[in-house]
Amino acid sequence: MANILVFAESRGSDLRKVAFEAVTAARALADATGGGEVHAVLAGPAGIGARAGDLGKFGADAVLVAESSDFEKFARESLAATIAEKAKSGGYRAVILGFSAQGRDLGPRIAARLDAPIASDVTEIVSSGDTITVKHPGYANKVMLTLVLSGSPVVISVRPSAFTAKENAKTARSETLAPVAASGATITVTSVEEGARGRPDLGDASIIISGGRGLKAAENFKLVEELADAFGHAAVGATRAVTDDGWRPHSDQIGQTGRQVSPQLYVAVGISGAIQHLAGMRTSKTIVAINKDKEAPIFKIADYGIVGDVLDVVPALTAAIKEARKDH
Amino acid sequence: MKIAVCIKRTPDSESRFKIAASGAAIDEAGLKFDIDDFASYAVEAALQLNEKAGGGESVVIALGPDNVQEALRKAMSMGVDRAVHLKVDAVPADGIAVAKALAAELKDGGYDLVLFGKHAFDSSAGVVGTAVAELLGVPCVTAASQLSVDGGKGIARRELEGAAEMVSFPLPAVVTIDEGVARPRYPSLKGIMAAKKKPLESKPAQLGAIRVTLQKAELPPERPAGRIIGEGVAAVPELVRLLQTEAKVI
Repeated sequence: MANILVFAESRGSDLRKVAFEAVTAARALADATGGGEVHAVLAGPAGIGARAGDLGKFGADAVLVAESSDFEKFARESLAATIAEKAKSGGYRAVILGFSAQGRDLGPRIAARLDAPIASDVTEIVSSGDTITVKHPGYANKVMLTLVLSGSPVVISVRPSAFTAKENAKTARSETLAPVAASGATITVTSVEEGARGRPDLGDASIIISGGRGLKAAENFKLVEELADAFGHAAVGATRAVTDDGWRPHSDQIGQTGRQVSPQLYVAVGISGAIQHLAGMRTSKTIVAINKDKEAPIFKIADYGIVGDVLDVVPALTAAIKEARKDH
Repeated sequence: MKIAVCIKRTPDSESRFKIAASGAAIDEAGLKFDIDDFASYAVEAALQLNEKAGGGESVVIALGPDNVQEALRKAMSMGVDRAVHLKVDAVPADGIAVAKALAAELKDGGYDLVLFGKHAFDSSAGVVGTAVAELLGVPCVTAASQLSVDGGKGIARRELEGAAEMVSFPLPAVVTIDEGVARPRYPSLKGIMAAKKKPLESKPAQLGAIRVTLQKAELPPERPAGRIIGEGVAAVPELVRLLQTEAKVI
């Protein structure tokens, strides 16, 4: 029986969805290793401790609250030191976090500090005992790798949306965790630029509308935005060709060298389906493609394809989706 | 500046992969290998930083069997000055072990900047660069989408989910490179000829204990074959019906 330490990621004063998924994964691992406790590290500016109860709902036994104004701007060195020191002192079997922009930065820092084996971007924890076996999609999702981690503790980062957050009501006790200062030189965040408000992140969204060169001009990207609005809470993505041309920021790029996503619904608008792009979205549950070339490779993987000019089909689809969802 | 770039040799990402008979590796027969995509951006970034500064030295480092020397030569044909090959029979799945071997090589190298790709295509883990920074005790910027150095200070941009942060950092430092920093140049004929004469030092890597092993590699299930449901605006009502009744997403 061993305890699991989990990093509950926040942004501003809110917990991120991946925090609940990481706690869910930690709860399952704790139960599988004999019913240890799940201790969630909740780090942020003063007042973040108010979110502790939310973590109990997903199975945390204790919430370790580390409040510091530094954490408002993701003081990564201090955060890694705080988590690693706690992991060292507590005899934990594993440290779990999300494979998000924050988590993928913190995971290797914590593993190096603990001299612990690490598995990144894990989609399944297969078994646990003396060793822990996990699955991780490698080769840009083209090959599923099964990795065995020996030693204790281990560090595991979980792919966003791969573990569905499950309520498992506990009344988590809240404890104070003293932030550990970074020991050496650190990086300084000079500014944070907030992206478009009101849209979910590509990693969190259950519906993604994505646009490619078939839209013909940057200004036609508004058709993609309007379709996303019609669906309600949808995110907007783009192909590499589109971000290279500056129609959209690089952060919107879906593909092998961009974001890799698996939403419930992926609508590819004017996207031919280059291998680079398919590597980032082929694990989506349902794929819709609209493209004027019926030979485009995207149609080989699209559950529902429409051959046609996106400039005609997309506005019609937007109107039809609005009509179908008018009771929402 | 003295810049090190740590690269990995990986198969062409557009390949169709098969699993090796062992069941715990991909079948390498017929695959084309090259410098990993993100690592090639890192090589380009190193060259551009020194070109902009009007001088400096760049060193490319790779861990792996003898065949990584091809990738090291390619980096030198792009313009990197010299190469170090840390020799192992196979690159392990343990990123911390790899980081230890690289950190041992980099520790006394006097580098101002050490660059990595943000992750390698094959392992898709993104562990090594950051872990090297921790082992060396220097600042680390992960997944930089812009990078510049001015007056001995680095400036970088990082994309977050739905936001971006600008960071500054003192040197020496480690930076892992994301999409957006630089597209790699093609080696010139002159560069290819020059690379043959540039120094390539090969020595055994100090990996230490391997605690992450690859037990199995499998191809994910194929998606069912695609289906075209119609043409033009006329197909829209059928699409909406399928999204409601079959896919149940609206």
